[in-house]
Amino acid sequence: MRSALGGGLGLQLELHFSAMQKTMDPYDAPESTPRQHPSCSLKEYFLAATPLQRRLESVRKQATSFVPTPPRRRIPQRSQLQEDVDPQKVAFLLHKQWTLYSLTPLYKFSYTNLKEYSRLLSAFITAEKQKGLAVEVGEDCNIKVVFSTLLGVKGTQSDPEAVLVQILSKPQLPSEDREAKALWTGWFCCVFGDGLLETVSEDFTCLPLFLANGAESNTAIIGTWFQKTFDCYFSPLAINAFNLSWMAAMWTACKMDRYVAATEFLWSVPCSPQSLDISYAIHPEDAKALWDSVHRTPGEVTQEEVDLFMDCLSSHFYRHFRIHLSATRLVRVSTSVASAHTDGKIKIICHKYLIGVLAYLTELAIFQIE
Amino acid sequence: MHAVMMPQKTGKNYQAQNRPSQGSSSYQTNLSACEVKQKPSDSKENNPMQDDEHADDQDGDVLQIAMEYFEKDPIRSLRSKDKILEKHLITVENVAWKNGLAPETIDILLNVALSGRFGNAVNTRILKCLIPATLISEDSVVKAVSWLCVGKCSGSTKVLFYRWLIAMFDFIDHKEQINLLYGFFFASLQDDVLCPYVCHLLYLLTKKENVKPFRVRKLLDLQAKMGMQPHLQALLSVYKFFVPTLISVSLPVRKKIYFKNSENLWKTALLAVRQRNQGLCPEPRKLMLGPANIRPLKRKWNSHSIIPVLNSSSHTTECGKKEMNLSEYLSSSGSLPLEQLQRFPQLLENIHCLELPSQMGSVLNNSLLLHYINCIRDESVLLRLYHWLSQTLQEECVWYKVNNYENGKEFASFLDTIIRAESFLHEGFYSCEAFLYKSLPLWDGFCCRSQVLQLVSWIPFNNFSEMKPLLFDHLAHLFFTSTIYFKCSIIESLKELLQNWLLWLSKDIHVKPVTDSPLDTSLCESMNSVFKLVHYVGWLSTIGMRLESNSTFLMHFILDFFETACDIYLIYNLPLVVLFPRAIFYSALFTLDASILNQLCYIMHRYHKNLTAAKKNELIQKAKSKLSFSSKTYKEFNCCLTTMVGCLWTSKPFKKGIRFSPETLEKLGVEEHKRSLNLVYHSSLLGYAVSFLLQETPEEKTINLSSIQVLYVQQ
Repeated sequence: MRSALGGGLGLQLELHFSAMQKTMDPYDAPESTPRQHPSCSLKEYFLAATPLQRRLESVRKQATSFVPTPPRRRIPQRSQLQEDVDPQKVAFLLHKQWTLYSLTPLYKFSYTNLKEYSRLLSAFITAEKQKGLAVEVGEDCNIKVVFSTLLGVKGTQSDPEAVLVQILSKPQLPSEDREAKALWTGWFCCVFGDGLLETVSEDFTCLPLFLANGAESNTAIIGTWFQKTFDCYFSPLAINAFNLSWMAAMWTACKMDRYVAATEFLWSVPCSPQSLDISYAIHPEDAKALWDSVHRTPGEVTQEEVDLFMDCLSSHFYRHFRIHLSATRLVRVSTSVASAHTDGKIKIICHKYLIGVLAYLTELAIFQIE
Repeated sequence: MHAVMMPQKTGKNYQAQNRPSQGSSSYQTNLSACEVKQKPSDSKENNPMQDDEHADDQDGDVLQIAMEYFEKDPIRSLRSKDKILEKHLITVENVAWKNGLAPETIDILLNVALSGRFGNAVNTRILKCLIPATLISEDSVVKAVSWLCVGKCSGSTKVLFYRWLIAMFDFIDHKEQINLLYGFFFASLQDDVLCPYVCHLLYLLTKKENVKPFRVRKLLDLQAKMGMQPHLQALLSVYKFFVPTLISVSLPVRKKIYFKNSENLWKTALLAVRQRNQGLCPEPRKLMLGPANIRPLKRKWNSHSIIPVLNSSSHTTECGKKEMNLSEYLSSSGSLPLEQLQRFPQLLENIHCLELPSQMGSVLNNSLLLHYINCIRDESVLLRLYHWLSQTLQEECVWYKVNNYENGKEFASFLDTIIRAESFLHEGFYSCEAFLYKSLPLWDGFCCRSQVLQLVSWIPFNNFSEMKPLLFDHLAHLFFTSTIYFKCSIIESLKELLQNWLLWLSKDIHVKPVTDSPLDTSLCESMNSVFKLVHYVGWLSTIGMRLESNSTFLMHFILDFFETACDIYLIYNLPLVVLFPRAIFYSALFTLDASILNQLCYIMHRYHKNLTAAKKNELIQKAKSKLSFSSKTYKEFNCCLTTMVGCLWTSKPFKKGIRFSPETLEKLGVEEHKRSLNLVYHSSLLGYAVSFLLQETPEEKTINLSSIQVLYVQQ
């Protein structure tokens, strides 16, 4: 089913947006007076405001909600990339489908050792692929692992540099001049991750968002190596419908010079034997017009605006097709900025808003590891 | 009056049970004792234990006989083969596959199999069932190899022996002696049939000093003769690895699988042995907290076990000295790798140079390291554990995600491991607290119930008001909507929680003097939290009793809780006395069950002691301490006490404390309401009064209860 939302998008604001599921109010903790903790060994650290304590405090605060709770977020601004960014590398991140993971802080990760890590990881991969045989570190094999930094892919100065890991296949014959082909790519980043940074000590590097592209078996091997080497923990990062709606609203709100794709939503109807998908495509300018009509606070997106925006879309759909989209599940959102799938897959299209998209993803990743 | 107040408890020694130094749950172990005895129930939880042990005993006896047969009668056994031999063989096989064989047994059987006393078929059967319970002694292997030289066993037996040796290589306790036989093994390469297996063995055995020019020449000769054999290449590549200068032949970069999987025969058995050996060596096994959990390869990533395997940290060596190659790395010494840490004294000696595990989660299965992380003061260690545990709990939690229920058992055993560690440390993990906050609202109250409730009882001490909306409110919902058994378990785990909190707090108060004022305020806050916890349980109990129509069963659990709560001042030395709610007092006082009344009297007695002691101390150090007990508590207690005495003893109920107007009592239509609640007529004691009278005057047909009081007065 496809519906092209025509120009007749009369502003149907007579909506029942109470029907939208509201999130639980966060439990607002009473005044957080510093507490005296009894002096068992673990507890002694809590006398001072140690990272672990700050961590726990934040967990207590958000424990009652199941979605990140700020009621308002900034609309991604025009390029916030730092100046030292390598355009080639950034271009490399765009137009690829990335699988998202959240990652706990890396212990004793050092930016000066990237070469060493390349060597060790490639030995590890070789060893994993030929289980049971001793492999010498640095021995020649037909793959090559490259660690590098993605300069400038960060929100603030305090965010750590993003790290790119690539597995390249080596040409079989040395005489061959072909460029090495990337078999697998993954990158770690942290964009506006201040909240998390505050809660760890300097032994840790916070790169809570991990994006991978390539065979999952490779992701598994590399993830295992990271877990073993830096005592961190990867978990797949799914995006629920609530967050997808936020993405839809925030990305629609972005100012674009030129739209390259339609704004498209995919709703899934759970029915047997096969689930039914409803694709709902809108001309991006119409979507923007709708957004402008519900949008009040300049520069910001609020929960109410998100709800209203989505409600408008579904009521329009109901008018044409008599189907309540609110009874189905939003599984994918694609816009000219980026597209995201509920399984935790993302494709970033617009160079300008790369940082903005990453900031929200970082927020989701941090929420998951807290 | 005191005679009434002090009915001593029978059966249990409550004093001892409530003392702080005593553990509260059965899991708790004494931290200082390094010889923690592992309960048999820990290792095989679900088995009908006694039957199993019995069967094991029997197996042991039969095996003993079988061993004597194999060991002692070489001549006779040759003659009277079949039946007896068959019987004994079957015994050995059964035991071997079930529990594995002890090193001595393996020694004897290896001897038998290779000495050529029996035919090939028997030897094969014996070799196939040589599965170690834990380890194989090196001596047995050396002896076995010496049989190979005698030439009494057939080629196929030799092959099987080599295959066995390769499969079991990791379970041999030492390898120095075996390595001395390197030359012998190397010479066996000439045997075409044995060659692949010997190569594999040498591949495992080779050290740098074994690589000699003459051996390289020999290998190259063999290669020239037999062509490019993968097993020869493997051995050559090891040689080249150790001494690259000696071997100039180029070996293919791309590796094939060098050896056919020769362990196939013992694959399942090996898994079992590894599982048994997860404690690494037999001696510290009792120190290990519990059974290792090996999981099927379900997860795509995190290998087969939720808890990572213990590995020394790689940070210092790998990243510090960049130019170190693998062989140097292997021979490096200095700090003690965790894999070698097996005993408590070792931990003490090396505590300054211990390498931390590369994945902190692995400490959960290792009690020595739990000791260690308990005493080090390194924030990052705790943070690593915190992150790992939080994420793992979140990922594994079966009710946190949809359709994840097939992993229920696994998750339960993971939680068991955590709880064992917490009990061992006498301390809860913060990750578990955070996990409960997140997951309890979604919990069905059924899945992993006992584990979740135990986690609740290990929540670290905290501000109660902050925790209430996160945890206790959800618990209350579950409490009100669940069966009586669940209610009882909740009350019980809250009792354990209270005990744990009191232990922490009492330990805390002993560490610091109670003089400076800022601490006093924090002590007040802490006491306030405990007060609120007791109050909360009182509230739960009151409503619970109403919902369960005054069930005696539930009442027992409630009174158990208040037995802890009433003794806070004296036993835990903390300045707090919280009374139980009136509703609980009355329903316990007017109970139909004598044991409840007994327990109530005991609690009242302890309250009395605590309050008296508190009053006394207050008079002494009134100026010093800001903590005073409100007079309301005393009034409340006195009121309860008068009511109780009035009912049970002086037969003047409802005069003081609880009061009824005479009209109300008249309306109730109870004759003799005054004495109907005293010791003789009390509903829970009536039976005892009757049986007392029947004992005194068995011939009497009609019983006059009031005669007891007359008797008593007369005496």
